[in-house]
Amino acid sequence: MARLSAAELRERLRNDLPAALVEPAPLNLKAAPAHGAQAAGFITTDAVVAPERLVAAALYLRDTLGYAYLSDIAVVDYLADGLFELGYRFYHVEGGPSLVIKTRVPRETPEVPSLTPVWPGANFHEREAFDLYGIIFTGHPFLRRIYLWDEFEGFPMRKDFPKQGDKYIGADE
Amino acid sequence: MLKTEELQINIGPQHPSTHGVFRMLVTVDGETVIDLKPVFGYLHRNHEQLAEQNTYLQNMPYTDRLDYFNSMANNQAYAMAVEKLAGIEVPERAEYIRVLMVELTRILNHAGALGFLINDMGMWQTQLAFGMREREKILDLFESASGARLMCNYFRFGGVARDLPPDFLPRLKDLLRAMPAFVDEMERLLCENDILMQRSEGVGILPRDLALAYSVTGPVLRGSGVAYDIRKAEPYSIYDRFDFDVPVGTVGDVYDRFLVRVEEMRQSKRIIEQILEQLPDAQGGHINPKARQNVRPPVGDVYARIESPKGELGFYLVSDGSTKPYRYKVRAPSFINLTPLGDMCRGYRVADMVVILGSIDIVMGEVDR
Repeated sequence: MARLSAAELRERLRNDLPAALVEPAPLNLKAAPAHGAQAAGFITTDAVVAPERLVAAALYLRDTLGYAYLSDIAVVDYLADGLFELGYRFYHVEGGPSLVIKTRVPRETPEVPSLTPVWPGANFHEREAFDLYGIIFTGHPFLRRIYLWDEFEGFPMRKDFPKQGDKYIGADE
Repeated sequence: MLKTEELQINIGPQHPSTHGVFRMLVTVDGETVIDLKPVFGYLHRNHEQLAEQNTYLQNMPYTDRLDYFNSMANNQAYAMAVEKLAGIEVPERAEYIRVLMVELTRILNHAGALGFLINDMGMWQTQLAFGMREREKILDLFESASGARLMCNYFRFGGVARDLPPDFLPRLKDLLRAMPAFVDEMERLLCENDILMQRSEGVGILPRDLALAYSVTGPVLRGSGVAYDIRKAEPYSIYDRFDFDVPVGTVGDVYDRFLVRVEEMRQSKRIIEQILEQLPDAQGGHINPKARQNVRPPVGDVYARIESPKGELGFYLVSDGSTKPYRYKVRAPSFINLTPLGDMCRGYRVADMVVILGSIDIVMGEVDR
């Protein structure tokens, strides 16, 4: 059950999908301190692809490499770095560890092409990411809030969402 | 030709057969379901946001509340994620206790789920009471080990909270002796009953390729004929030491999903019997004495997953080097297993819809999070 490692996936993507891989910048997670230097950032070992090449990369994993099971889409809000990172996790149906492709979008314009038209299993994952983080999945057939009610304002999992005193827990009391 | 008209109705959220506060927005033509959209979020409490404000250990009791039928399985997935992130080792004996608890959880979950499923088919309460009776016996064992019946909060980083009480193993052996009779009875009740067979055979078919495309997991995926079980596909903990089979269905209907669950109960019993043989020789105590509970993992991200009774349960954690997770994401099996519900119900009757939902086996605490 020897499957590809993250480094081998990057090598494959570099050869077979030109212009898909991007060089990931280190993530700081915390804002730089007022005094002293910023601590060394965290560099992911997974393949990071450009958002516009995401669907091509996912289909490459499914159709060429046989990773037909999309397990998870996890969004992380890196507020200090000003970006959202989406991690797509794929497994091979015959077993073995996962392959992850990540993509990064700026916090101001969080737009990612949707996987749902080609991969229906992404549907609820993407709706959840839209509901909690406000990621716009272009091409999604039914991009509506999945947990919260439609009139809710804001995206509660973002790191800058007010946790105290916002309008839903009585700021005017 | 009779003139018909499409009608849109809501089933739920307060409806006895929706397994919690769950709404199905159904378009029907007479008795036939044309379209179905699952609507949920009534129990949403932003679990992930809550978890980001707690320390790692404080989240352990919160994971109990995700899938409140299987608190032990949730504990294991979360403990594995944190251990992977912080590099904590688990002693052999603790691993045996963990797997023992999770396999017991699988039996009790399936006993409850099959009871509810047959309840949905119209065999009102009888079978449910049988399933719950067996579940109670296992909950008694959980209570003696962890102090709680449902919200066990039994796992710690590097092991489990306390060792098994002295009378645990004799009671477990008694339970195992009585179990095959119960499982056979459960199987006979469906397979020898014409009415229930007609309600389940050929109903809610999810073909193999559709099941894969929709990324369903657990008994629903295996009912559709894909032999994908994380305990075999990517063995975690000590599952590579046990000998067990992965049951698969052929058609992918409600009946196949029922049979897969029945057989999984038997396989879990097999695993527990092997644990009972190997447990006395296991090294170490119930917890790694060097493991700090107030962990401060290095910066990084990790994903750990287990085969929970309902499917793939995974935790994705990002650490920023502090005592609280920077990101905590739950990949909940029953949430994703709901994705194909519309396709599974299309073309069947309204009464079948309830059975199909019951065969997916959802828990709203985990769906809504």
